[in-house]
Amino acid sequence: MEALLDILSELHPEVDFETATGLIDDKVLDSFDIVTIVAEINAEYDVQIPAVELTPENFNSARALYALVERLMEE
Amino acid sequence: MQITSISYLLFAAAVLLGYFLLPKKVRWMYLLASSLFFYLMAGVEYLGFLVLTVLSTYVGGRLMERNLSKQERYLAENKDSLSREEKKACKNRIKIKNRLILAAILVLNFGILGACKLGNDYSLWMLGLPFGISFYMFQSMGYLVDIYRGTDKAERNFFKLALFASYFPQLIQGPISKHSVLAPQLTAGKGFDGKAFSFGIQRMLWGFFKKLVIADRIAAAVVILRGPEYTGVGFFLLTLFYAVQIYADFTGGIDMVIGLSQALGITLPENFVRPYFSKNIAEYWRRWHISLGEWMKSYIFYPISVSSPMLKLSKAARTKLGNFGKRLPVYAASVATWAVTGIWHGLTPNFLLWGMMNCFVIVVSEELNPLYEKFHNRLGFKEKKWYGGFEILRMFLLMNLIRVVDWFPDVGQYFSRMGSLFTTFNFHVLWDGTLMKLGLTALDYGILAFGIATMFSVSLFEETKGSIRERLYTRPVLRYALFVALLLIVLLMGSYGIGYDAGNFIYNRF
Repeated sequence: MEALLDILSELHPEVDFETATGLIDDKVLDSFDIVTIVAEINAEYDVQIPAVELTPENFNSARALYALVERLMEE
Repeated sequence: MQITSISYLLFAAAVLLGYFLLPKKVRWMYLLASSLFFYLMAGVEYLGFLVLTVLSTYVGGRLMERNLSKQERYLAENKDSLSREEKKACKNRIKIKNRLILAAILVLNFGILGACKLGNDYSLWMLGLPFGISFYMFQSMGYLVDIYRGTDKAERNFFKLALFASYFPQLIQGPISKHSVLAPQLTAGKGFDGKAFSFGIQRMLWGFFKKLVIADRIAAAVVILRGPEYTGVGFFLLTLFYAVQIYADFTGGIDMVIGLSQALGITLPENFVRPYFSKNIAEYWRRWHISLGEWMKSYIFYPISVSSPMLKLSKAARTKLGNFGKRLPVYAASVATWAVTGIWHGLTPNFLLWGMMNCFVIVVSEELNPLYEKFHNRLGFKEKKWYGGFEILRMFLLMNLIRVVDWFPDVGQYFSRMGSLFTTFNFHVLWDGTLMKLGLTALDYGILAFGIATMFSVSLFEETKGSIRERLYTRPVLRYALFVALLLIVLLMGSYGIGYDAGNFIYNRF
């Protein structure tokens, strides 16, 4: 989770990702951010997030995103 | 049947009346029959294209879903005996099968769309572009990809799928809806809702106002200003007039479509959120033609940018190029998405240029963002109101310049006209009588000024204070007075008669 928070904070240092829960709904992250995060996660966790998983539910909070990474790692 | 004609109004009234008189169960069939009738009026020769798309979409969706349920059954029955690898292999087999089905239908349909567009853009055949082909095609293909991804269920009833593809209001110029959102509404047969009905009718009237009073009036001047003699300030006027025309035309048309649907109790996605108040081009594209942008993002931009080759490229590029390398896949996917968006608008070189210009501005602003931040931190006026206004004006002028390339299939012409902005300072065209040669009388200019001021005030109010219609809803007398006034304005000031091609929407040609 720490590594993920680092990835997110590097993109938007002004956001508190531990508490934010509307990253997509509040337009904090745009599509460029999302794709950058996917590439960073791929480099960090060796997990490939498919396009179908790029949904607001998965990207609205760091917690949800981490849950997605864990799920994909198990598969 | 033109959407601004009396016959369309009678048709829409008949659809509304019949819809609410019929039992809920058969309302969707009535909508399908109405859509088919509307389609046949547009041109019986196009019906084959629509049927082929619906048929191939139906068969493809059902086949993919059958494969997926077979896989599910097999995995459930052999839950304990199969190893993890065997389960994975089974999933992969089905995935490849479904990918082949999907690819075949996408190639068939986009092949047809491409051929029709090529034929139309280069006048190779006499039929023209099949009516609404882009919009029913994008909707249907999005639906198929969703089934492939497992995020939507295949429609079992062929005729319900046919209604989703051919629902007549959206055939004219969208918006492009998702099957999982639109289809249940089309078949639900909702009861009559007085507020939704009144909001819907109001919105249709507002659409008529934008289209008939503003867009169709200024259209003549746009055509004349395209002439080669209009350089410098003349060209600037073209970019300005076209900005007004396309906004009033496209948003007005969408208002009519969403309004009619709202009256029927069907909520279509919003296609615009006051785009001319955007502060940069990226924001503009999140607020203009939203349903197309979402479609491109879901089905082209994301799949390309998170594909294995792109992730590999990202890994390789980051070691060599640092932060820019990290963003390289995003930019590569943007180029591809904008190229497709451009080509969709037309197969002449100017539309590709249009896509690339948009992409270039967005990518460059993204790269320069850290620099901007430093600059703003030092000067500290980013939060100032006047700076916000400056950003909006900058976006507006830049977008006007990019957009007008629509009219120049000969790209060289476009650049030479754009160059004239910096070399020809012929401000005299504003007072030497040139303005009176653009097919507009002094009265037309007056009506346009009034129309644009009204449209701008309403937008500004909604941008800063929220929905006007919600506020008016609690004041029925004022609401009816305004409704009647707007109706009179449309009737008195609308552009009708010979020379006006009302009903032909700009976006209907794409």
